[in-house]
Amino acid sequence: MKKSFDILIVGIGGQGTILASNILGEACLIEARRVKGAETHGMAQRGGSVESHIRIDGKFGPLIPPGQADLLISFDLLEALRYFHYLKRGGSLVVNRHLVLPTSVYMQKIEAPTEDGIVATLSQYNPCILDADQIAQEAGSPLSQNVVMLGAASRIIPLKFESLLKAVKNLVPKKTIEINTRAFEMGVQAAAKCYS
Amino acid sequence: MERHYLLGNEAIAHACLESPVDFVSGYPGTPSSEVIDVLRSRPDRTYYIEWSVNEKVALENALAAAWCGLRALCTMKHVGLNVAADPLMTSAYTGVTGGLVIMSADDPFAHSSQNEQDSRCYAHFSRLPCLDPSTIQEAHDMIRDAFTLSEEFGLPVIFRPTTRICHSKGDIELGNIEQSTRKGEFKKDPKQYVVIPANTRPLHKKLNEKQPGIKKRLVEKGYNSFTIKGKKAVIASGIAATYVQELLPSNISFMKIGAYPIDESWLSGFVRKHEEVVVIEELAPEVEEQVLQVAGLVNVIGKKNGYVPYEGELSPQSVAAILVKSGILPTNPYPEVSPVQNLPPRPPILCAGCLHRATFYAIKRVFKDAIYPSDIGCYTLGLQLGVVDTTICMGASITVASGIAHSGETRDVICTIGDSTFLHTGIQGLLNAVYNGANITVVILDNRITAMTGHQPNPNTGITACGIVTNPVSLNALCRACGVTFVETVNPYDITSTMNALKEAQSRKGVKVIIARQQCVITAKRTGVKRARYTVDSDTCNGCGTCVRFGCPAIEMVNEKARITELCSGCTVCAQLCPTGAIVREGKK
Repeated sequence: MKKSFDILIVGIGGQGTILASNILGEACLIEARRVKGAETHGMAQRGGSVESHIRIDGKFGPLIPPGQADLLISFDLLEALRYFHYLKRGGSLVVNRHLVLPTSVYMQKIEAPTEDGIVATLSQYNPCILDADQIAQEAGSPLSQNVVMLGAASRIIPLKFESLLKAVKNLVPKKTIEINTRAFEMGVQAAAKCYS
Repeated sequence: MERHYLLGNEAIAHACLESPVDFVSGYPGTPSSEVIDVLRSRPDRTYYIEWSVNEKVALENALAAAWCGLRALCTMKHVGLNVAADPLMTSAYTGVTGGLVIMSADDPFAHSSQNEQDSRCYAHFSRLPCLDPSTIQEAHDMIRDAFTLSEEFGLPVIFRPTTRICHSKGDIELGNIEQSTRKGEFKKDPKQYVVIPANTRPLHKKLNEKQPGIKKRLVEKGYNSFTIKGKKAVIASGIAATYVQELLPSNISFMKIGAYPIDESWLSGFVRKHEEVVVIEELAPEVEEQVLQVAGLVNVIGKKNGYVPYEGELSPQSVAAILVKSGILPTNPYPEVSPVQNLPPRPPILCAGCLHRATFYAIKRVFKDAIYPSDIGCYTLGLQLGVVDTTICMGASITVASGIAHSGETRDVICTIGDSTFLHTGIQGLLNAVYNGANITVVILDNRITAMTGHQPNPNTGITACGIVTNPVSLNALCRACGVTFVETVNPYDITSTMNALKEAQSRKGVKVIIARQQCVITAKRTGVKRARYTVDSDTCNGCGTCVRFGCPAIEMVNEKARITELCSGCTVCAQLCPTGAIVREGKK
């Protein structure tokens, strides 16, 4: 029954989940494939937890049901944990080793999970965890973290490497094409260790 | 035809260019805002476009354009249609000569809204045709038909996408952008446009006589359609139709409703060919009630017998559960999974350096035991800071404040309202409070933009929707014209001065207004404002936590010491609050 490849990208408002989803949509167009997506807009973006659903070859609704995602890409460790239940059994998990504690931790004195604790929980599921912020910095801009993450996940995404790279070049601001191309390729390399 | 990966609202905007539209007005509101944002930013535009001050004003402007024979679009969120309901109801009587499409974007689950009302009920109430897309492609195609239908029947058409249409994306086939040749001209016809009782009675009759023709045409258009496969059927509307289509077994009949009013005999013909019909729609039972009217002995499953919820948003998993419970599906394709429990929530918060946080801090310090009515905007997030006691609808902060003050409540009443909301429907409340002698303090949170919906300009910004420089309204003069004698403008980044102005207001009787003015940090950043960041001198920091309790997302505690992250926008407020003087400008120790 299910024929689409479903990707959930999660993070914190401002981290560039929408651009990442647009890049995947553009890559689908390049390959003349159908695609559906859904994302968080409006006030919810203000530093809140955000999600982008992308269904490659999707012909119906844009939402991925919990437990059905083929791939979960998380730009933050805590958000990986929050959306983890969306991943289907045997699905792939690519996570940025980056943790921003929400202000609720300080304002409501809620106990916060630690970086090592989250990594330990996630590691039961064979995740690919990389320091995308560090890699983005090396590529030339911390803002290219989202493109690093797409590069890291590219091996799992059923789209050609060339289509993804072309989509990156088509969609990022002109002045940053070089940085983002580098970010994408460095993401691919950084993730190679996960799949060797 | 070339395909594009577009946001629903981008596809809707493009369809307006294909139609082509001549006149566009609206008031920002999630999830509708991007339609005008896309249309206003096109350099090649030939149409008139404005952000209006509220939805009633927007609709009356668009109605007038349609009376002049133009194609007009008016956009708003669902609750905006309440504000515009007065002209809406009677526009069904007067009708239009040009095409008028009223886009009222619904928000099931209230992702970004104060309620979950269903605009289809307004269509029913006003007897206007309503188009309700289930996919983005359909939303795009419906817009073009909506203008034609409006002209054919001489009636405004309500277009009702939901959040999952407006803010989802898909590969969309677009048409060509057309250039309009229409020129607006008002042809006087008092019998049509002056609704004195003698004129309005025949107009009401005329509206009712149009109904059968509309129903017939909507079936011909194909937005309501079916396929018969067996003795059981599912009828669905809106985005829920796509969830059903993804799961529907091949022996089950399917009907999709995308347009209202529904032709009863056509509906009856389908329903009576089945033994059981499951109706799946979000929010109000608009389709279900129609089905029940024609069902006879056919068993109808839906909201009325507890299978489908009246509230919230449907999802692939909730629709799957309904199909299993009603016996359409043998097993659930989406078995239930449970999320990780007890994670610290990450709700949306005010930005680092937001003027609202600083203002709220000062209010709380001065008005310690007070009632805090508030309004609709980013600053509703002040709830997290304990300074928002009420929010009901646009403009209802000043009115609720004066109502509480006149009720015998002895504590101070201090309300907060944004500049755009004040200009939307706040002014009347202020005028009323002054005229009737309320004892309240009104704080206008003046960030000079409509921030929450994506930074649309308003009369306080000094530019129009098209970026043309215009004379910004003086909030001070406006408040004084309403009769307020105490009007003080403060910079909320200066905590001491803001608190002094609040103390002064607290000591006086009557209606006092404080305008807390500072540019929204997001627009400030976009316009190139650069302020030095602040940093914590960890030798001086004693870890008291005063700064983290301020709630700024740029401040965190690491190893019992405060730390300021790269989110800092240099507002300086935390440095003013720090009791040990540990927070200093970066590079200045």
